[in-house]
Amino acid sequence: MKITYKKLFFFSVLMILLQNIQAQTEQDGIMMAKQNWCAGFVYNYNSWSNYWEGTFKRNNANLGTVSTQSLAFMGAYGITGKLNVLYSLPYVHTHASAGTLHDMQGLQDAGIWVKWQAWQKKVQQQKYTVFLTGGYSFPTTNYQADFLPLAIGLRSKTASLRLILDYQKKNFFVTGTAAYAYRDNIYIDRFAYYTTEMHYTNEVAMPNMMYAGLRFGYRKKEDYAEVMVVNATTLGGFDIRKNDMPFPSNKMNNTLVGINGKYAFPHFHRIALTGSVSYTVTGRNVGQATNLSIGVFKVFDFASAKQKHTNHNQVNN
Amino acid sequence: MKKIIFISIITVTAIVFACNKNAPDVTANLSPLQPQNIDMNAGSWKTILLSRSDTFTVVAPAATNSANYKTELNEIKGYQKNLTDAQLATIKYWSAGGVLRWNELMRGLVTKYNLPAYQNPDGSYPIPNANNPFAYPLFPFANPPYAARAYAYISAAQYDALVACWYYKKLYNRSAPYANDSSVKAKVPTSILPSYPSEAAVMAGVTAEMMKLLFPTEIANIEQKAKEQELAMMMAGAATRSDIVAGETLGRQVAEAFIARAKADNAGKAVGTPTDWKNFETVATAKGEIPWYSLESPKRPPMLPLFGNVKPFLFPSSTVPTFRPAPPPATHSQAVQDAAAIVYNKIKSPTRENIRHVQFWADGVGTFTPPGHWDAIAAQDFITKNFSEVRWARNYALLNMALMDAAIVCWDVKYYYYNPRPTQINPAIKTLTGIPNFPSYISGHSTFSGAAATVLAHIVPEQADKYWGLANQASMSRLEGGIHYKEDCDTGLVVGSKVGNYAVLRAKQDGAE
Repeated sequence: MKITYKKLFFFSVLMILLQNIQAQTEQDGIMMAKQNWCAGFVYNYNSWSNYWEGTFKRNNANLGTVSTQSLAFMGAYGITGKLNVLYSLPYVHTHASAGTLHDMQGLQDAGIWVKWQAWQKKVQQQKYTVFLTGGYSFPTTNYQADFLPLAIGLRSKTASLRLILDYQKKNFFVTGTAAYAYRDNIYIDRFAYYTTEMHYTNEVAMPNMMYAGLRFGYRKKEDYAEVMVVNATTLGGFDIRKNDMPFPSNKMNNTLVGINGKYAFPHFHRIALTGSVSYTVTGRNVGQATNLSIGVFKVFDFASAKQKHTNHNQVNN
Repeated sequence: MKKIIFISIITVTAIVFACNKNAPDVTANLSPLQPQNIDMNAGSWKTILLSRSDTFTVVAPAATNSANYKTELNEIKGYQKNLTDAQLATIKYWSAGGVLRWNELMRGLVTKYNLPAYQNPDGSYPIPNANNPFAYPLFPFANPPYAARAYAYISAAQYDALVACWYYKKLYNRSAPYANDSSVKAKVPTSILPSYPSEAAVMAGVTAEMMKLLFPTEIANIEQKAKEQELAMMMAGAATRSDIVAGETLGRQVAEAFIARAKADNAGKAVGTPTDWKNFETVATAKGEIPWYSLESPKRPPMLPLFGNVKPFLFPSSTVPTFRPAPPPATHSQAVQDAAAIVYNKIKSPTRENIRHVQFWADGVGTFTPPGHWDAIAAQDFITKNFSEVRWARNYALLNMALMDAAIVCWDVKYYYYNPRPTQINPAIKTLTGIPNFPSYISGHSTFSGAAATVLAHIVPEQADKYWGLANQASMSRLEGGIHYKEDCDTGLVVGSKVGNYAVLRAKQDGAE
């Protein structure tokens, strides 16, 4: 077999993608049409009983099952058909089924992403598309990050850049994606803490993150069904020692497999349902979580509304 | 398309390497210590364990015009010819104050070793073994009583060693190398304090030697730090080889005296035996009370239940039971239900401010414990006071002896009453921090804080209100966190301040004021 430069390049990109993400719309290969606003709520239930301290897998009778429920207000708006803005703001509630630790709840981090369809090529029934996504998220409330595993989030202001490669043939598609997230330092309520060494400050340097994912499935108009594998890798960070407490700057890695889907009711107010199930196959300093989510979205089409409004006026005249 | 991918990859790579994150320690860039008063007469201050300042002999140094001394000056000049940035950094680090730096290192060790053991497959727990310290679980488990004792021994030993050091400094009166030879540059603020024996080497020696007992798995790292401190002072032109050797020897000798005390102070027996553990339960039940039990799963044996028998520094062992307060509400009474209701109402929907207090004062697993927390608060103010090294040591000795004795008294009370935590009385009480694995009455944080605030208010009187404000916050944080009744906290502060008064009494009589 002749190994061409092109093949080699493609192979390396694929390897990067396979290495590593999460599941949200800023990661998929779909764009909103111009002046269309898709808005909705997603309810998410995440729970685990087993977790990893470094590579040591254990359970903990003082935690039982740790569950995180969230309700996120999410959406996407098409500035043009090739440039979308997406947002998300979740309210999060955590709970441990055993032990004595108190639940935590509150508004977590707001995220905003700009997604650009940078390049597209159609060859007969095949379509190649490249997207670039830039995002920023920040805590909306003064919640406490240093209360893991029950903290509702990590507080770090995060800037991310994502590359999405999408290939579609008829209704079948494959999407590969890789992202890099820069995480800003955070401040905790203590004035000293230990990682692998002592720190005399309330400021915590947060390691950056790398994400990658691969999805494939069936897509038709607004509907899709897909299988995904996504991976998150912390670039740095440290392991929880045996029986120690977790910390925001831990090396938190995981690989999830799951299925996602979206179904838009035909001729029914442009309402769609989304659903997702995923499972953590392997991880480090995280829980082995099962994740379920269900969402409901509605598309508001300002472009055709304007059109209709114009038509209406014309009739009246 | 290739171009876009290429540009993206370059951008991402640029971000990866461009961002250099740093969260520097707040004490990383301190100015060198320049004492307001060199405390020339500290050699006459009252020692803690040594019977006299000259219990250990330090031989007279060579004269500054001797050939030997000239050779020593040449060694310093040799170092000073090519000081690297790393070497200058160690000089800067240690010149901020040896007592401060050793206290920081000590707090780091406590934090690192404050880790409870993971359970055995049968649900029992392995116990750290001082004779096999590298086996899991590493020795020691630096929990609050262990830490309180460790800080106290280090501080007390440093103090006695530095008093002896000052005694010989004055006796032999050999000035620092930079004062004896103008071609030796002073890389630290100059002082008329004699340099023989070197106070830095005394600290290095006494601390390194003590650590063999307290943190045996860290000996290699500690000895390296000790060498670093000594070399830093030579490179800085502040001490010659013989200043260092005399200081280190003196320090290690003083440490031996404290190690001998530590080996016989009953701390080694504080873990107790299963028979002891059972006995606390039997005694409480016989009194008609609900005994404390561990809220951990699997149930963990109580933390150092016999620590109340450890020999205190500030008063005789026989005084310990005299601190015992009146009993808490009976465990079957309506009063205890009411007390638990107060806790439940606090914890039902905690405010962010409550959570902040609880977390700031949590001082649980993986922290330097409440005594370390108070050492850190003390350091913030001591830094601004420009104390001499011997006065730094004296103040830390007073504070840490009070904290250790507070631990002894508090543990005596806790195991005398063996009183259940609020969550044991009312399981609906969820907590904002882990429930410590020992009885409730009286609150350890409150006892420590009452003792610390009393001592610090005496040492830095202008900050007395701040210390009491912090002590009250620390105390109430345990109620806000759901792990203590209000009475545990209030009584703890009172008992703690009584312990602290013994340190104040000592302070008034030790010759330093």
